Amino acid sequence: MRRLSLSDIAKPQLLALAFILVLNWMVFPGFFNVTWQDGRLFGSLIDVINRGAPVAILAIGMTAIIATRGVDLSVGAVMAVAGAVAATSAVAGQPLIVTLAGALLVGLACGLWNGSLVAFLGIQPFVATLVLMVAGRGVAQLITEGSIVTFSDPALIFVGTGSVLGLPMPAVIALILMIAAHLVMRRTAIGLFVEAIGTNLSAANYTGLRARTVILGLYAFGGCCAALAGVIAAADIRGADANNAGLWLELDAILAVVIGGTSLLGGRFSIPMSVLGAVIIQAMNTGILVSGLPPEFNLIVKASVIILILVMQSDRVAEVVSRRFGRMTTRGK
Amino acid sequence: MNIVRKLALSASMVALCCTAASAANLTVGFSQIGSESGWRAAETSVTKQEAEKRGVTLKFADAQQKQENQIKALRGFIAQGVDAILVAPVVATGWEEVLKEAKEAKIPVVLLDRGVDAPQDLYLTSVASDQVKEGRVAGEWLAKTVGSKDCRVVELQGTVGSTPAINRKKGFEEAIASSKNISIVRSQTGDFTRSKGKEVMEGFLKAENGGKNICAMYAHNDDMAVGAIQAIKDAGLKPGTDILVVSIDAVPDIFAAMMKGEANATVELTPNMAGPAFDALDAYLKSGKQPAKFIITESKLYTPADDPKGEYERRKGLGY
Repeated sequence: MRRLSLSDIAKPQLLALAFILVLNWMVFPGFFNVTWQDGRLFGSLIDVINRGAPVAILAIGMTAIIATRGVDLSVGAVMAVAGAVAATSAVAGQPLIVTLAGALLVGLACGLWNGSLVAFLGIQPFVATLVLMVAGRGVAQLITEGSIVTFSDPALIFVGTGSVLGLPMPAVIALILMIAAHLVMRRTAIGLFVEAIGTNLSAANYTGLRARTVILGLYAFGGCCAALAGVIAAADIRGADANNAGLWLELDAILAVVIGGTSLLGGRFSIPMSVLGAVIIQAMNTGILVSGLPPEFNLIVKASVIILILVMQSDRVAEVVSRRFGRMTTRGK
Repeated sequence: MNIVRKLALSASMVALCCTAASAANLTVGFSQIGSESGWRAAETSVTKQEAEKRGVTLKFADAQQKQENQIKALRGFIAQGVDAILVAPVVATGWEEVLKEAKEAKIPVVLLDRGVDAPQDLYLTSVASDQVKEGRVAGEWLAKTVGSKDCRVVELQGTVGSTPAINRKKGFEEAIASSKNISIVRSQTGDFTRSKGKEVMEGFLKAENGGKNICAMYAHNDDMAVGAIQAIKDAGLKPGTDILVVSIDAVPDIFAAMMKGEANATVELTPNMAGPAFDALDAYLKSGKQPAKFIITESKLYTPADDPKGEYERRKGLGY
């Protein structure tokens, strides 16, 4: 018979999110207040899903890459490049469809570059994507010529700040993307391919799987996700800030994937859980902002909470806790 | 390789312009940090303009944020025997040796915008802004504007631990210390960026009764203020009216906001550090007049009464 484990009772991620939300409510009693204002929902909870959306979108692309034992460090820089392309295109008066297509194509090209280095040249993903992490920001700075390119195209601004059914547009995009990516992974064989590659690359190759093509495709998808996040980030502030857009967000995206329970050793992954990880990170960030803590504590608080979450997720801890739990019920009898 | 090519290029440029320029022409080397921010790009273009205005031949070297590139550039300038050197040091330490070399070659060095940890006799003077004063000017404006009315201020700080963030906070607090009716109720870091400024302001607005309890917002730079203005608008309030907006830097976009009545005041961090530097150099080289060791640039206050449209147009092309 299967032993009762903590994860059977509740996913540790959901517990972590609940824990952080309660903590936020304790430091700021109005945290759960959501009101209707100017045709949209307004409140701290809405801020969490709105601000968490770019990292969630990055995490969606990152999950499958990490599941093949890879990593994409360039997503933050690709965000900056895509934002710069979108902003210059909007300033030039191009319609939204051209702007979006241009930014996504640039993201696709960046992803294909990363994927080729990893899949066909066999370069370690860490090193291969580091190239674009450094160079990408330079490219973005070249496009914007070092300044913040501001635009006023209402259609593009809507992508970052508009709302659908009262929900912020970035969150809606992230949700749709999450569902689509999850269905493609789980309703087709692609998810199995990814798990096979992540578990054992040679074995996957011997079964006749075209591992290289799959890996190339995953990095290309990751590039597109990053470009989408970049367009949202630029639209949100109505300008492309090449120096700061997406800065260090690759780390948040990787963290979101890890919190979501995807193994860095490959093979096991879940896209919705990664998105939940991104929401957990943002819930923490928003909580710090409304708490009134001095900024010197931001990083300490974040680090402590993340360590706590990772401990909660550890198999060892789950084992110990469930053993205790088990013993107590025996005694109870 | 790159440096050599740049030097060769600037040498040929020197040859070109010297034939046309006057006899009293100076050749000045300028080692710039890089172009990491809009302000830095503006400083570079203003320096070039100021040099051109005075008939100074400027040899420009971009260090791409690396001190070793700056030291190489300085040695290059010394080897070419320029009349003077301007340097915007990327870090404070490690300059002693190359400054000594310049001193031995009798080439005066002027520091722009940032200081160095080296004996003061190794450089002629330094031109910089007084960041504490910038904060103070912003605070004094707010104290004067609100008068005796109670005012709850939220503050968007720069990057935690950075010198401008510490100094601009200090100056502002000094200026409002005597007004008991003004208090800073919330203070968080927006990392000097637009997106973080917006995000932090969203949090503040929620925490302060939808923004109704906030009377003014003070941001350590204009970029954060521009982000915060959008957050205030999203919350259904009028920035500039419901919440006063005061910030520092005077970049073009804050003047654009002022034109719409969404920002109330900004304190200029002038990109023109080179103008006073050239003046000091000119006096020193012509008549041996020793300038003050620290030249402090003016921290001018701009409000919507100071022709924001004109200021916007004037700054737009500078590369901010």
